[in-house]
Amino acid sequence: MWYLSGEPNQTTMQKAVDAFNSANSADKITVTYFQNDAYKTKIKTAIGANQAPTIIYGWGGGGLKTYAEANQVEDLTGWFDQNPDLKKKFFPSVFGAATVNGKIYALPNQYIAPIVLFYNKDLFQKAGVQPPQTWDDIMSLVKTFNDMGVAPFSLGGQSRWTSMMWLEYLLDRIGGPEVFNAIFAGKPNAWMDPAVIQTGTKIQELVSADGFIKGFSSITADSQADQALLFSGKAAMMLHGSWTYGSMKKAGQNFVQNGKLGFVPFPTVAGGKGDPKNGVGNPAAYMSISSKASDKEKESAKKFFKDGILTDTVIDAYINSGSVPIVNGIENKLNTSEDKEFLNFVYGMAKNAPNFQQSWDQALSPTAAEALLNNIDQLFLKSITPQQFAENMNATLGK
Amino acid sequence: MSNAVSTAPRAAVRPASSKPTEQRKTALAWLTLPALFFFLVFAVVPLAGVLILSFTSWDGIGAIGAAGLDNWFSVLADPGLYNALGLTFLIMAVSWLVQTPISLLLGVFTAGSQRYRAALAVLYFLPLLLSSAAVAIAFKALLDPNFGLATGLGLPFLAQDWLGVPQLALGLVIFVIAWQFVPFHTLIYQGGVRQIPKSLYEAAQIDGAGTIKQFFHITLPQLKYTIITSSTLMVVGSLTYFDLIFVLTGGGPGNSTRILALDMYLRGFRANLMGPASVIAVILVIIGLALALFLQRLGGKDKQGSQLEGL
Repeated sequence: MWYLSGEPNQTTMQKAVDAFNSANSADKITVTYFQNDAYKTKIKTAIGANQAPTIIYGWGGGGLKTYAEANQVEDLTGWFDQNPDLKKKFFPSVFGAATVNGKIYALPNQYIAPIVLFYNKDLFQKAGVQPPQTWDDIMSLVKTFNDMGVAPFSLGGQSRWTSMMWLEYLLDRIGGPEVFNAIFAGKPNAWMDPAVIQTGTKIQELVSADGFIKGFSSITADSQADQALLFSGKAAMMLHGSWTYGSMKKAGQNFVQNGKLGFVPFPTVAGGKGDPKNGVGNPAAYMSISSKASDKEKESAKKFFKDGILTDTVIDAYINSGSVPIVNGIENKLNTSEDKEFLNFVYGMAKNAPNFQQSWDQALSPTAAEALLNNIDQLFLKSITPQQFAENMNATLGK
Repeated sequence: MSNAVSTAPRAAVRPASSKPTEQRKTALAWLTLPALFFFLVFAVVPLAGVLILSFTSWDGIGAIGAAGLDNWFSVLADPGLYNALGLTFLIMAVSWLVQTPISLLLGVFTAGSQRYRAALAVLYFLPLLLSSAAVAIAFKALLDPNFGLATGLGLPFLAQDWLGVPQLALGLVIFVIAWQFVPFHTLIYQGGVRQIPKSLYEAAQIDGAGTIKQFFHITLPQLKYTIITSSTLMVVGSLTYFDLIFVLTGGGPGNSTRILALDMYLRGFRANLMGPASVIAVILVIIGLALALFLQRLGGKDKQGSQLEGL
């Protein structure tokens, strides 16, 4: 099995695997860890070369669809039918990104990871301002913090998917979930929706107003420098995945523990159609079984899926690191956690969101996703106009 | 020369020496087999594979389907290709212009026999020992605008958006490539300079030529073939600059450092478009062969002429 490196998840997974291995000496699982950005390429190549690990970790959506259509991953529908208790354990909404043409190809696991607008409470207090509720608030906060000599937003722009999170939310707030649903369905000219162009325009306005920290294109998310900027007080806000809560808690020198980290839903846009309760992010992580594995390996993997992955210990570990596992009946655990404020915020988002949009780069096909990230990079650099962005992306529909 | 004339003497000699030569020739042919085998398996077969793939559509995972000339038309019509081509040649040219004089001068300098020069030569050599990926990761960390060298050393001018401004990123890539490869070419020049007979310099000294005159009239002309070798390696090698740029910028910001080799990789392995990626691979092979042939010609014309006439 291959898994992502980086704390706190690496330790959690290693412990889960160790526990499973000592209880099932006949079905030993070995894990190799890779960096996120490198893994995404490596797994694709390995699957294409029939060298995939037995357990394929992924994000569901468009990538999983490619594997399923090439018969590289096992159809788990029947297995889930045989294990109804296991299926009932999860939030029902998480199966969406694991399903291709009505069949389930992956086991949802880990936790829901919505994108959250984080802010540094100290800096907000110093400036005497409130967290943003509308896009206009954002633009005025940008001015306030720039005048204070603090960067308004931290951003690891070199990773590109970090910039994408901004577009995901903005497009939802401006045009509602229908716009991306049309894109996802590959409807003709879906990218040419006026909401897309308005989204691009707003982003470029924010870039022009120095909304993002100087040199954001030189910062990568893998180095976690973007998070360090927020907790070290060099930037006032950051739009990022909820998983950064755990890593900031670990690396932030009591920034989180002392209650200095604030979080709010993404602001609304005046005249926009999207429900402010809508969320975007990763509904879960997913694990599939390679169809090229031997029968014995497949059995071991299924056993691990059933008994090894979301054990009580693992669930507790996720909650302790500030994440909301995707299993039912955890309200009590969340409420007794020291991070209950944040956990309930995320849990509420997961439960109450009328629409939870999966990250675009995972939902779309790899071909369209690569073009998307490339064009987002250029949009943030202002080397293409919002109109060109929409046109370039429109050319990828159906690919 | 007529055939009759030329074959006659050969036929006459044959009875005496033909057997051993024949045998020797067969033996030599056998000796080339392993090399030929590896060349076939690792060069010719993949090359043929890529050529075939360039006429198919394949996502790297599913089934391979025929696509005719579609990939070729779409790639040749794609402005991305010309951007990548332009960048490749730009980096090639600038790299050559930057690296050649530096390595030439360093090579001449380190070829001297003084102790301190040997010590410095070891230092200059160090970057060559590091892998490209490690070099790229190190530079990326050093150039982080907020937590990098600029903050560490308190040098605000270093806090540029190195990887975010297209021109800076391109300049940086050329700089890091030079930083990594100058030591190698220095080594080549050092060897070249040490081969130049001392008597040439002694003669020049007697004639009253100074250091600079000696450099331009002895060292430089004597290094002609070394320069050609080093340039060939630089130019053809620059077609394959990949790992360093991939880790350092990933082709960004935008497409401003997306050179041909990187473009091929990103199309093939990121966007799952193996067909168009193969088209670019074929284009790379053609350019590489053409350049190598051209440089060979440049150096090969008067290869027979000795540079040491009269010694």
